[in-house]
Order: sequence, then structure tokens, then C-alpha cells
Amino acid sequence: MRIRISRKNLAVPYFIFLVLFILIPILIIIYYAFTNAEGYFSWDALVAFFSSYTKLNVLLVSILIGLFNTFLCLLIGYPLAYLLSNKKFNKNYILVMLFVMPMWINFVLRTGALRDLLNWIGINTGSYPLTSTMIGMVSNYLPFTILPLYSTMLKLDQSQIEAASDLGCNPLQVFTKSIIPQTIPGIVSAAMMVFMPTMSSYVISDTLSEGKITLFGNSIYLSFTNSDWNGGSFMALIMLIIVFISMIFSHKFDKKEDVQRGSNI
Amino acid sequence: MILKKIFAYSFIYLVLLFLYLPVFVLIAFSFTNSANLGIWNGFSFDLYTALFKDSEIMIAVGNTLIIAVISAVVATVLGTLGAIGTFYSKKRTRGVIEGLTQIPVVNAEIVMALSLTVMFVFLGSYVFRSSLFSFWTLLIGHVCLAVPFVYLNVKPKLMQMDPSLYEAALDLGATPRRALTRIVVPQILPGIASGFLLSITLSLDDFIITAFTRGPGLLNGEGQIETLSTLVQAKIKKGPIPPELRALTTIIFIIVLMIVLIRSLKINFKKKESKHLKKRKAFSQATNERAYYRNTSSNSISINLSKEEKKND
Repeated sequence: MRIRISRKNLAVPYFIFLVLFILIPILIIIYYAFTNAEGYFSWDALVAFFSSYTKLNVLLVSILIGLFNTFLCLLIGYPLAYLLSNKKFNKNYILVMLFVMPMWINFVLRTGALRDLLNWIGINTGSYPLTSTMIGMVSNYLPFTILPLYSTMLKLDQSQIEAASDLGCNPLQVFTKSIIPQTIPGIVSAAMMVFMPTMSSYVISDTLSEGKITLFGNSIYLSFTNSDWNGGSFMALIMLIIVFISMIFSHKFDKKEDVQRGSNI
Repeated sequence: MILKKIFAYSFIYLVLLFLYLPVFVLIAFSFTNSANLGIWNGFSFDLYTALFKDSEIMIAVGNTLIIAVISAVVATVLGTLGAIGTFYSKKRTRGVIEGLTQIPVVNAEIVMALSLTVMFVFLGSYVFRSSLFSFWTLLIGHVCLAVPFVYLNVKPKLMQMDPSLYEAALDLGATPRRALTRIVVPQILPGIASGFLLSITLSLDDFIITAFTRGPGLLNGEGQIETLSTLVQAKIKKGPIPPELRALTTIIFIIVLMIVLIRSLKINFKKKESKHLKKRKAFSQATNERAYYRNTSSNSISINLSKEEKKND
């Protein structure tokens, strides 16, 4: 017997999967965020979060560390992507692959290796929690910044840059008036790939600061280990709102480009 | 200019060194049997033999590979079918599915992990009255992580495809299913392949979703499933990286390096090949045109057309 399947219906299992395991869990999180342990509606989790000095502090620290890491990754990644995409300096695709390659080595293993190395060369991770956490964050998220920047820089309009310098711009002006405006979409998607994951990361801050720096991801993880589903759900909801805000923010800059995390690998 | 170049290269290689130094140190000290990093006890392969005798690590590696392959296969099938179906759906359905696909892409991994876990806890305590956490919940978690990326890798290939080819196949008598498997799938195969590879990498590297959604099962039998990530995390929480794991790092590094080298060789090869193909195409087009003009000048268009038809068959 032949079953006739319309082409459209091929998407049905995918759609059902997304609804069951992406959409409904988020709705359940919202439900849990506004109920108490007995299952009744309450503002307990909200009140507990906003009245807790430590939790607000964690949120603020996470945002600051997220921004700082985004800044550092762009500071290193931007010139690097420029050099890699520039035919004068680099004709070899292997060099780009080398920057992506660490992503394929288990990242928990890499984080552990970095901590052991830092301890060995005398930067004790327990005594310098912030320094070692930032080193870990940059080394983990740098490849994610290089990729989107590299792919936008490959498309740089060289004639516009030449025109700018022909029309009397000095190198600094060429950079600020021609190169930066052309690479804004790359900068935004690179920032998106670093900021959010940094804020919500767990392993890096936990390992490299020996538990001294608590990020938003660490507190969500803690509520999971304590089975505090309502408190954890509320924090996850806040994280979702932050995701939503940064989405709107990034859509303002690039309407065309899809978010392509790692699709260049 | 030379100074500029030296500066540029030293910057590039300095950053590379920064990225690779921890791994290189582990690799270097995998050839000595000291318990701690920085102590050299003479060259030996002891750690490698110890690694293969360590059942805990071997079980974790086995679990990691099993989950990666199964979740990647499921995600690839689901995501590819989803992309094909969505591509041929109405605009409104397409909008809904695209929107849903974006959620896991932009969402923080820990939020996704927690939301799934909360749902499983909810279902386990109110509907099924028993703990749901097992290999299956872990599999669902990993598929959730990977499936949107399969979709996003296949979609551009579908958009690049020539839509008239599918119609032509139907006109020439192919059933819709045959047209799909013979015409559509081969054209989007590169997208499917990169989606599959990406799913494997995402699954291999995952810690958060595994830690939240795992339960007893797989090679751990009655115990909690340990993958490489969760095992290493548990170990480094207590102290330095166990010496056997240094040997494992070396092996992983060599495998990854081989894959990268083979891939870049392939890309170089393809570049050369496509140049060659373009030349040949241009050449054959020129000869065809010449033949066409010659035929028209001698009033034999009909012969030329019948020849063309034969070619198309």
C-alpha cells in the first residue's frame, strides 16, 4: 500500500517536536515562575528575587562581565578577522580553521586545562578569580567572534575603501567612516554570540574562579541542584526577557542576516 | 610593508598560542607519568595504557559517542524533513515554524535545559507518577539543541535549488516521492551533511543540557549517564585534571587535527576543480553555439531541435 504524503506534511513532525519540547517547556517555566511550591498562583518567586540583595548583585555582575567579555573579544577578534580576511596577509583557509579548531575539543576539558596551566605558572585561580575567569571567557568565546566578523569582512567593498582614501580620508577616517559601518552586522552578531552565553555560562566561572564568581548561569544551576523549581524558573524567565531584548536590539541592526551560530564550521 | 606583515603575523600567532597553550601543555605532559602538571618524570606511554584500562573514562567516552551519533541522526532527519516541508508550505505556516526555530537558536542553553527539566519534572510528578529522567530525556535535550541548526543549514540549499527541476521530474512521470528523493535530496545534500556534522559537534561539547536532563541508563546501566563533559566537570571540581585525561586530550586533538587537514585539502581541491569545470563549460557552450549557428545558416533547424530533444531524454 502506498501512503500519499504531501510535501507540506513533511514538516509536521518537526513542528510537533518544536511545540512539545521548545514552546511548551517555556510556557511551563512561565507557569512555575508565578506559582509557589503548592501549585497556587503567587508572586513569591518575584518578590524573593527582587528583594534578595545577592541575586540582584549576581544579575548585575553577570551583565557587567558579559559586556566586558564582549568588549575584549571584539577588541582582539576584530583586527584578527580583518587580517585573516585580507588577501595581503592571509591566503590560506587553514589558518581560519585553526581558530575554529579549539571549539572541537571538549570545552570542559579545555577549561580544566586552562585552570591547571594558570595554577602552574603562578596565577592562582583562587586568588585572582576575576582575571582567570576573564582569560577563560575570552579564550572560549573568541572563536565565536572571529567567525561572523570574518565572513562579513570577506564581503568588504574594497572600492569604497579605496574611494574613501582617494577622497582624502586619513587611515583612521577610512576605518571609522568606511570599514566599521560596513561590518556593523558582523559586529552585532559577534556580540550576540558572546554576551548572552557569557552571562549564562556555568562551567567557566565555576571552574576558573573556584566558585568565587557567581554568574546568572551558576545561580540557575544552583536552583536546579536544590530542586527549587519556582525560583529557578523565575530566573530563567528573566534570562528569557534579556534574550528577547537583545534580539530586538540586534534586529534593528541587521534585518537580512540570519543568526548563524557556528554554521560556518 | 614588511614591518606591517611581521606585526600582523606575530599578532595572529600570538592569539593562536593563547588559544592552544592549555591544550599543548596537557599534550606535552601526557608523555610522562607524573600526577601533576609541571613535573616531568621521564618519557613514557604509561598514561595511554592507563587511559584504556580506566573503565570510568571509557564508559563516558562511549556514552558521549553513542548520544552524539543517535541525536545527530534524529536531529538531521527531523530538521531536513522540517526544512523541506516548510519550504513548500504557505507563507503563514512558514512564518510560524521559522519563528519557533529561532527560539532555541537565540535562547541561552541553560534556560533551554531548565525548561525541559521543569517540564519532565512536571510530567513525572503529575502525569506519569514516576521519574522520567533516562536516556530518552537526554536524547530529547540533545535533539532540541541540534535540530534548529540542521534546519538552518538545509534551508539556504533549498532556496538555491532550481524549482523547475522538481516540476520537470513530475512532468516526466516521476512520483512526488521519487522526485523528492531523486531530485531534491541530492541537491540539498551538502546542507544536510553540514547540519549533521554540526549536530555531532554540539552534542559532543554539551555540558549543561546533559547535566540537567540525564538519568540512569546507557553504558552506566543503573547509574546516572556520564558523558565526557559531566565526568571531566566532576573531576576538575575536586582537583586537577586526572593524568589519564591528558592522554585522552592528545588523542582528541590528533583526530580533530586530521579532520581539519582533510577538510581544508578538500576545499582547496574543490576550488581547483571548479575552476577547471568552468573552463570546460565555457568551452562546450562556445562549441554548441557555433554548431547552432552553422545549422541555422544551412536551414536545418529542425534537425538541430530533434537532436536537442534526444539529448534531454
